[in-house]
Amino acid sequence: MKKAFPILGLLTAVLLSYALYEALVVAPQEQTMGDVQRIFYYHVPSAWTAFLLFAINFLASVLYLVRRNPQTDRIANWVVMALAVLTCTGGYVFRSALPKDVYPSSVATTGIAIAGLYFLIRKYFSEQGTDILALTTAEVGVVFCTVVLVTGPLWARPVWGIWWTWDLRLTSTLVLWLIYVSYLVLRRFSSSGETPVLAAALAVFGALDVPLVYFSIWFFRTQHPQPVIGGGGSIDPRMLHVLLINWLAFLCFAFLVCWSRYRLERIQRDVEETQALEALLEPGGQVR
Amino acid sequence: MSAPTGITRATLTKDLRLEWRSKDALNSMLFFALLVVVVFSFSFDPNAEESRVIAGGLVWVAFLFAAVVALNQTWARELRNQVLDAYRVSPAPANALFLAKAIGNFLFVVVLEAVMTPLFIVFYKLHALGPAWQLFPVAVLGTWAIVVNGTFFAAMSLRTRSREIMLPLLLFPITIPALLSMVEATTTILVGDPSTSAKFWIVLLATYDVVFTTGSLALFETVLHAE
Repeated sequence: MKKAFPILGLLTAVLLSYALYEALVVAPQEQTMGDVQRIFYYHVPSAWTAFLLFAINFLASVLYLVRRNPQTDRIANWVVMALAVLTCTGGYVFRSALPKDVYPSSVATTGIAIAGLYFLIRKYFSEQGTDILALTTAEVGVVFCTVVLVTGPLWARPVWGIWWTWDLRLTSTLVLWLIYVSYLVLRRFSSSGETPVLAAALAVFGALDVPLVYFSIWFFRTQHPQPVIGGGGSIDPRMLHVLLINWLAFLCFAFLVCWSRYRLERIQRDVEETQALEALLEPGGQVR
Repeated sequence: MSAPTGITRATLTKDLRLEWRSKDALNSMLFFALLVVVVFSFSFDPNAEESRVIAGGLVWVAFLFAAVVALNQTWARELRNQVLDAYRVSPAPANALFLAKAIGNFLFVVVLEAVMTPLFIVFYKLHALGPAWQLFPVAVLGTWAIVVNGTFFAAMSLRTRSREIMLPLLLFPITIPALLSMVEATTTILVGDPSTSAKFWIVLLATYDVVFTTGSLALFETVLHAE
């Protein structure tokens, strides 16, 4: 695995430069916005990457909490499987209840992807591993979310004429960012023994909050319509191609950063454990 | 089932009696909320008709800040003489303790609101142009939303460094949907615009309460026993 790291690093560097070339040179110029629109190739992939990392953080936190007790672990397995089956069938059964642009197949894919991720993390990460994974994905997710929140106003200023507007997406992304920053603050400030449990509980609360945030701001903003009309419509297939290339590059980069952060945290914990153990031993090497 | 309710009642009675004799939390909360009222009155003209639109936000921000003062004290009281450690090693159910603390805080904040609301009405010349009775469910559900999350997060931040700062840092981001609902519902009722209704916000608040009460009860034992 260690040998794969520089290879992946090199691949990511190549992919990132190729994606940069694609975004700045190859992608067609947007009709109304001009070259400013190219920030889109950084803004959107960062957002998708951040949301994916936050989802992994939630799953890892749930796993950390349920695996403390074998019984809840077993129940959670069944619940996740039941949810996967429900999303696969429910979308087709209640097709008419779905919003216009949501297809039953996308509901099913999301359900299967989440359940798949859950069982992958469960298989490959130990109890401490899930905690480190949650920490890593939250940290890197906050970085990507910050990129979204910085590139957003940079794009909005020349196009909308304002740096910021309190619309649905902007506000809910900002609230999401705030929740995960408070998560990192909690991790920093709590004493080492209880950090994983408290952080996992907060991550679950944050995830419970996300749909409520979304609905409340959605209703808030539909009551007070904004002069700004955001997006909608279709996208040029060449632009979509560049967007997906950029997303792939960003995903590789995020994976690389997460991986090195994961290893660093693991080594740091091993060192702390060894030091604690050594403190218990007498110079002669015998346990007191 | 009689044992958990007994523990809840005993802890609640003890907290209420302590508060009745010391009045620590209530006095500091009341004074704090009064300060907020006075300080805010300098930032805009409180007699103007437009101030009706911001009054909803003002009232709830004052109550939220004041509630944090009480919530910070709720568990710190149990640290003295290792009461909380004794509770952790005892076989008593953790949720009984949590409910007692949450109900106790709820009562404190309700008393605060009962005292402060007339002051707000007098100082800001408020009267509801919409259906005023709807303010009652908004107040009850909103207060419970603040208190149930606040009690949980206060228990979480209990053993962290700089505990007093931790609580608002954890509480405010998570309560944003509840706060938005309370403020919007109150403003809608005060302004009395016939085209909008506070019903959606009340339903959202109730959903928030159900979700987070369930979440707190499911996770409190884990948090209490986190080593």
